[in-house]
Amino acid sequence: MNALTNGFRRFLASDLWYSFRRSRVTVAAAVVTAVLVVGALGAPWLAPHDPYDLSALNLMDSLLPPAWLEGGDWRYVLGTDNQGRDILSTIMYGTRLSLIVGLCSVLLAMVVGILLGLVSGYLGGLVDSVVMRIADVQLTFPAILVALLIDGVIKATARGSNENLAMAAVVFAIGLSFWVQYARTVRGSVLVEKGKEYVMAARVLGLGPATIMSRHLLRNIMTPVLVIGTINLALAIIAEATLSFLGVGIPSTQPSLGTLIRIGNDYLFSGEWWIAVFPAAVLGTLVLAVNLLGDWLRDALNPRLR
Amino acid sequence: MFQLLLRRIGHSIFVLLAVALMSFLIFQFVGDPVASMVGQETSMEDRQKLRTELGLDRPVIVQFGDFVSRIATGDFGVSYRDGQPVMKLIMERLPATIELAAVAALFALALGIPMGVYCGLHPDGALSRAFQAISLLGVSLPPFVIGILLILLFGVYLRILPTFGRGEVVDLGVWQTGLLTASGIRSLVMPAVTLGLFQMTLIMRLVRAGMIEVLGTDFIKFTRARGLDDRAVYFRHALKNTLVPVITVVGLQIGSLIAFSIIVETVFQWPGLGLLFIRSVQFSDVPVMSAYLLFVGVIFVTINLVVDLLYLAVDPRLRTAASESGS
Repeated sequence: MNALTNGFRRFLASDLWYSFRRSRVTVAAAVVTAVLVVGALGAPWLAPHDPYDLSALNLMDSLLPPAWLEGGDWRYVLGTDNQGRDILSTIMYGTRLSLIVGLCSVLLAMVVGILLGLVSGYLGGLVDSVVMRIADVQLTFPAILVALLIDGVIKATARGSNENLAMAAVVFAIGLSFWVQYARTVRGSVLVEKGKEYVMAARVLGLGPATIMSRHLLRNIMTPVLVIGTINLALAIIAEATLSFLGVGIPSTQPSLGTLIRIGNDYLFSGEWWIAVFPAAVLGTLVLAVNLLGDWLRDALNPRLR
Repeated sequence: MFQLLLRRIGHSIFVLLAVALMSFLIFQFVGDPVASMVGQETSMEDRQKLRTELGLDRPVIVQFGDFVSRIATGDFGVSYRDGQPVMKLIMERLPATIELAAVAALFALALGIPMGVYCGLHPDGALSRAFQAISLLGVSLPPFVIGILLILLFGVYLRILPTFGRGEVVDLGVWQTGLLTASGIRSLVMPAVTLGLFQMTLIMRLVRAGMIEVLGTDFIKFTRARGLDDRAVYFRHALKNTLVPVITVVGLQIGSLIAFSIIVETVFQWPGLGLLFIRSVQFSDVPVMSAYLLFVGVIFVTINLVVDLLYLAVDPRLRTAASESGS
């Protein structure tokens, strides 16, 4: 307990906390992110309706406008979609899905990138050339195109579709389209760290490469990786929304934000703007807030980049 | 210098071969080409016979050589979905995508450079702050959201612009253009703005940062000391020196324009390559997917190579650095 409060006190006195407190934009971005994350992760308890419960849906309630407009109903504050689902609730569940998919794909990209970067930087030689050539080729293409291709290949290979497969395909597609940046950064740091005395000492002690990489090198190269991770989270959320909007991502039975916007897109011309606009607004706000947090973290942890 | 040139070209060829290999692997092994060609009741013997006829039982490396020589003659196979040759589908849709990307790039340059210059000259002005805010929005809002908002505003409420398709096109033999009719041009406005917005903000930031940096250098002070007026200093000297990185980035961004045209074409139902590709992903139309990959691969590698060489030609420092290090 004492250690915990001590740690907390040290955190309050740290540069990181100071630079966070001093920037009003960053504090605002953090508050917005926190509200969205709590609303999304707490959706099963906080959402006014359960959009997945088919028995609770009533087609009589479909396509209702937001409550403050004529014909609106205060039970559905932001209106309802074509199946009578409450927009506010679908947005909360959808944000949850978008966040989960985004986090999982960033984690996958991190794990793959760190592993390949460590191995290729520490061992060098043939492994290094092969990994870096693959990275070069992949960098020739924009990430979203790589993600689309991987997604298409996974789905064409698997034939037949179900929700879990679709979700896994999206996570893999986005994760594998983002790993290069981590691998390059980690490799660069490893090349620098490799020559330092503590690594020499570990070698002299007779530790194997796997131990040196995982126990000694890893913790010294994590800072830039975390910064890239935060900025990539915003990109991953956009990528997921884009795939889903294009109709090759998360299916409409359990819609993510991108899927919701795609559904709403079909109703723009008949005047039901709220189905697309509210999820789009949440998506934009979420990405903007995470971007601002990422920018702040980069500046705070990496004074050289300023 | 010459060695560097050779190395760049060698690198491009390597990337192209890797892309061709990927495209081949997708074409040959994703899904079962035999299964997609025959019916349910075909016997195992017949399937095996077809496999031998198609050469699918030969060594992979032989098949790859065969694949490369086939695509060299423009034969990408036949689309699973509508039975047309893939090459024909691509050539039909290529003009639509090129026109869209070109107009988007022009829009980005025509607005991005002046906005960047203004922000660079008045870093703290109110208008500069407004431009900066717009650029933050342009980065945070994904293109399909921008497209939807534009459709809502100009298509649904104001009803002044068409929201889908290319409008009337004029057939010029091999090239169908939408740039010669009023409805074609009106149809192009929203897709091009949506596609170009991100590039515009990028160019604006680059020019702004470049202008601020260059204006602080000694040679600008000397041009002022020579008695040149502001306009000559800003545009003839400062802007010219910021444009080198802009050219590079714009060149490299042509690739991402083509990638993002997939999204914009879906939003506006623009009948180009991107829409063809997204349909092929949705329907697992493997020949089209593999051909698209190879096609954009060639475009990207060519652009990268040209930009690299242009950069060498434009920036003398790079040439000397390259020859001094002996590489």
